[in-house]
Amino acid sequence: MDILIQFAYVVSAALFIYGLKQLGSPATARRGNSISALGMLLAVVAALLDQGIVDFQWIVFGFVIGGAIGGAAARMVQMTAMPEMVALFNGFGGLASLLVGWAAFSPSSETFTLVTIILSILIGGVTFTGSMVAYGKLSEKIDSGAVLFNGQQVVNSLIVLGIVLSAVMFCAGSGGGFWLFLVITLSLVFGVMVVIPIGGADMPVVISLLNSYSGLAACAAGFAVDNNVLIVAGSLVGASGIVLTQIMCKAMNRSLGNVLFSGFGSGKVEESTVEGEIKPITVEDAYYVLEAASNVAIVPGYGMAVAQAQHVVKELTELLEQNGTEVNFGIHPVAGRMPGHMNVLLAEADVPYDQLLEMDDINPRMENVDVAIVIGANDVVNPAARESESSPIYGMPIINVDYARTVFVLKRSMASGFAGIENPLFYKDNTRMLFGDAKDSIGGLIREFN
Amino acid sequence: MIPAEIFLTFILMLSIFLGFELISKVPATLHTPLMSGANAISGITVVGAISLAGTGQHDLANWLGAAAVALASINVVGGYLVTDRMLAMFKKKEG
Repeated sequence: MDILIQFAYVVSAALFIYGLKQLGSPATARRGNSISALGMLLAVVAALLDQGIVDFQWIVFGFVIGGAIGGAAARMVQMTAMPEMVALFNGFGGLASLLVGWAAFSPSSETFTLVTIILSILIGGVTFTGSMVAYGKLSEKIDSGAVLFNGQQVVNSLIVLGIVLSAVMFCAGSGGGFWLFLVITLSLVFGVMVVIPIGGADMPVVISLLNSYSGLAACAAGFAVDNNVLIVAGSLVGASGIVLTQIMCKAMNRSLGNVLFSGFGSGKVEESTVEGEIKPITVEDAYYVLEAASNVAIVPGYGMAVAQAQHVVKELTELLEQNGTEVNFGIHPVAGRMPGHMNVLLAEADVPYDQLLEMDDINPRMENVDVAIVIGANDVVNPAARESESSPIYGMPIINVDYARTVFVLKRSMASGFAGIENPLFYKDNTRMLFGDAKDSIGGLIREFN
Repeated sequence: MIPAEIFLTFILMLSIFLGFELISKVPATLHTPLMSGANAISGITVVGAISLAGTGQHDLANWLGAAAVALASINVVGGYLVTDRMLAMFKKKEG
């Protein structure tokens, strides 16, 4: 029987791997997800058949509660709220690993097992509270700005020291209980401390990193309870999070260390040296320009999500296409609050995915674009990143909307972006500002077309 | 005889490399479903939790295990469902 269970775990790991492989293309991705879910079902059934299990009531109890919550959340969540939902789920995964590590502890455990138990608790704890803070920031239940205070590094160093000390004492087998609780407490505190200094605009990096941690925590729990499938699945997720973290950091031209420790965007606004004047445009004039355009590029940002403007954007796209205009979308990797955030929103509004171009694909076409429409994006189209060496975002790859013949910037007001950086794009000769709520402005354009 | 720890570490090493290979091929447009799908997979902790919740040994492990089963099932059920919901929306341009 035992060998059959182990074999089932092997098959389940293979299904996870194949499922992830299918996720490599939008055409097969949905099937890939189902295959991965099948792998999970198999692993759960195999675990339930384990002869060590004599008591099913606890398991059923846990599963019914968790399944109901998860199912309801998955059905009800708004697509704009995906980042906070993913953060929340990350946190639950982390806490589950912490509990598994804790439950796996028995005074007779060997040193290797103790080390893995500590790792599982530590990573799980940091993931849990870190994700909760990220959730709070993303859903704006707490201030999304960076929290910095004097002596922060010292406090963090002391916490790390405390964690290392209690981990060593625990693994050396002296007593267990006290040191175990100390590690649990400190790792929970540490999770809060590592996420509070990170500002809202850096959330794509944080959420990817926490995603990776939740996998690594599962992996450590796998070592603690001696289970292969946990190790395989956990490290796949861990690797996935790290790959995404790297992509996000590269798209911001910053190192991971810089994102984690610098408290970027914490209110230090540089002296504005931008010359030129802002040229507003009315909805009516904007319509005449769009009506005559043959090639339009739309560049969305977090502001589109906030204004829930994705559906009107789709409507405008259709009208433009009926008018014979070619419309493409340019998606910057860090647009929005999580990797791929804009793509999901536009997919929800029925924009076909082959119309969504990555930054490197849209940039070479920009010179042939008649009108580039920037909707609620700011830093990802800021030419200062290309031109001004003194700019804090200098070197960050951007979507070169200013190379288009005309640029429309849809913006609520003249306030600067999340990073608090002045945007010279607004002052360029070919830029026209369409002030107001993005949804209303686009709604106005649609009315003009009709 | 090679000790079990080495086997486990070997598996870890191979799956990390495999993970990097697989994930770097996922296009940017699918990154959000990838994350929520990965989230669901990280709910694999449920397997570890099941074996701890049902041992009937002592109360604490049962309680912790049951709580872990509940949390991990939120991930598993919620993660797969929401990923499916998202992926169903991705459509190719018709015609």
